[in-house]
Amino acid sequence: MLILQCPCCGVMADETELAAGGEAHLKRFGPGSSDDDFESYLFNRVNPKGVHFERWRHAYGCGKWFHAARCTATLEVFGTYSAQVTEPPQEIRDKISARRPGWRWREFG
Amino acid sequence: MKRYSAFAIAREALRHHSGWDRAWASPEPKKKYDAIIIGAGGHGLATAYYLGKNHGIRNVAILEKGWLGGGNTGRNTTIIRSNYLQDPSAAIYEKSRSLYEDLSQDLNYNVMFSPRGVMMLAQTQHEIRGYKRTAHANALQGVATEFIGPEKVKELCPIINIDGPRYPVLGALWQPRGGTARHDAVAWGYARACSDMGMHVIQKCEVTGIRRDGGKVVGVDTTRGAIDCDKLGIVVAGHSGVLADMAGFRLPVESLCLQALVSEPIKPCMDVVVMANTVHGYMSQSDKGEMVIGGGTDGFNNYTQRGSFHHIEETVRALIETFPMISRLKMLRQWGGIVDMTGDRSPILSKTPVEGIFLNCGWGTGGFKAIPGSGWGFAELMATGHSALCAEFSLDRFRAGRFIDESVAAGVAH
Ligand SMILES: Cc1cc2nc3c(=O)[nH]c(=O)nc-3n(C[C@H](O)[C@H](O)[C@H](O)COP(=O)(O)OP(=O)(O)OC[C@H]3O[C@@H](n4cnc5c(N)ncnc54)[C@H](O)[C@@H]3O)c2cc1C
Ligand SMILES: [Zn+2]
Repeated sequence: MLILQCPCCGVMADETELAAGGEAHLKRFGPGSSDDDFESYLFNRVNPKGVHFERWRHAYGCGKWFHAARCTATLEVFGTYSAQVTEPPQEIRDKISARRPGWRWREFG
Repeated sequence: MKRYSAFAIAREALRHHSGWDRAWASPEPKKKYDAIIIGAGGHGLATAYYLGKNHGIRNVAILEKGWLGGGNTGRNTTIIRSNYLQDPSAAIYEKSRSLYEDLSQDLNYNVMFSPRGVMMLAQTQHEIRGYKRTAHANALQGVATEFIGPEKVKELCPIINIDGPRYPVLGALWQPRGGTARHDAVAWGYARACSDMGMHVIQKCEVTGIRRDGGKVVGVDTTRGAIDCDKLGIVVAGHSGVLADMAGFRLPVESLCLQALVSEPIKPCMDVVVMANTVHGYMSQSDKGEMVIGGGTDGFNNYTQRGSFHHIEETVRALIETFPMISRLKMLRQWGGIVDMTGDRSPILSKTPVEGIFLNCGWGTGGFKAIPGSGWGFAELMATGHSALCAEFSLDRFRAGRFIDESVAAGVAH
């Protein structure tokens, strides 16, 4: 059972209380953008085996969206953070660097 | 290779079974192959087999990081059917189903194909309309299915409760020549036939990098050293994103965990496969007598082959309404496999942005049934650069908006 702490209301929530919202920090491309950008925004995903950044919603709790940093290979949770940011905050990055030395950081946005 | 036959069993019985060969060889990797297939699941092995059998390409290696069929091929619930809605799907799944009919003879290996019939229950008005539509589409595609009423459902499967309180059974889409096969045997049978053609099936050999030169593939790095090749097939199901990353592109695929479970063995009580898509559960009885049960996928990206317990609870809860007699059955084992999900729930059989690299993935929760057909088409694509079976399943269909939408056709798509 995956347990995430909702950064909005502070509750430690089981996955049954949460709704997964897919890959985080996607940059949106709309009308007028190139086909490559539009395709990649709509369909292509990192889908990593390891460190992953996701959107989650505290669906059966306070109802708010938030972000989570997780490892998809071990289900370790590095932390959760506000939905109002376009990349993971320094504190989360430090935790990941400490737990996964040598992990290759990708570009956000 | 010595052929398996009734005569061989009699001969060996008379000499203390001392004459059986190993089913396949375990060679050291060569420096170079004409084609390398990454992933010795059913799809990778079938691809290699038809490369050799149909196209005469036999200098081939199949590289597997774990053991033969240890991925989803050895973890699935073995439902075989071809009652899909869209024409390209019906073509490849029906080709596959028909190859299963005489696969045991073709491979000289008993894959235990059992065309016992598959029924997909309609438990809402929406499903009745949906399955009637599919039955009409199947009639045009030449796939033998029919929509049957609740009395016929009860007759074919007496242990079903057709007037459950929440979801009464209103009818079913029935495919009499659908069924099951023995999953390990499919992998083993293809591996034995590939090895017999001189191909190298190499286990415990993980691909860790893909080497390219000027936009073209030249080889792979593995845990057993670098190996060169002219053509490369990536056939790794849940790990497709990891391999695509090594080759420098991204895919419209997400990896999720799908679980299944089996009960203690009981006497024969059910000789068809039943899928209940609205309540998300399906069941069949194995030859050993275990009830084989599966449900929906877990909701988030996951590479651990475990899964969350509450999904098992949901599946079993749903099935108990339709099959009250299983309520006291003890469950023996539960497991998970990492399935490669695309947005339109259809596979990708395609060339890629890197010349020489071909991709076979996206079978998600329903690719066991497709193993022979996918191998047939994908081998043709790798050998000749074109395959009518695969053409519609190309990677660029997402960009073009040319989806092969099976997700609305079936809620649970095994
Ligand atoms: C619980 C469950 C139930 C299912 N039920 C059904 C069903 O009833 N009917 C149906 O039709 N389908 C079903 N499926 C789906 C079906 O199992 C899959 O679609 C199919 O088996 C995929 O076969 P494959 O050969 O593509 O992948 P796999 O069998 O997963 O093979 C891929 C192989 O690639 C290897 N690999 C990965 N990375 C590397 C690397 N870097 N180097 C070397 N090797 C690597 C893996 O170890 C693996 O052995 C089910 C799946 C699951 C998990
Ligand atoms: Zn909350």
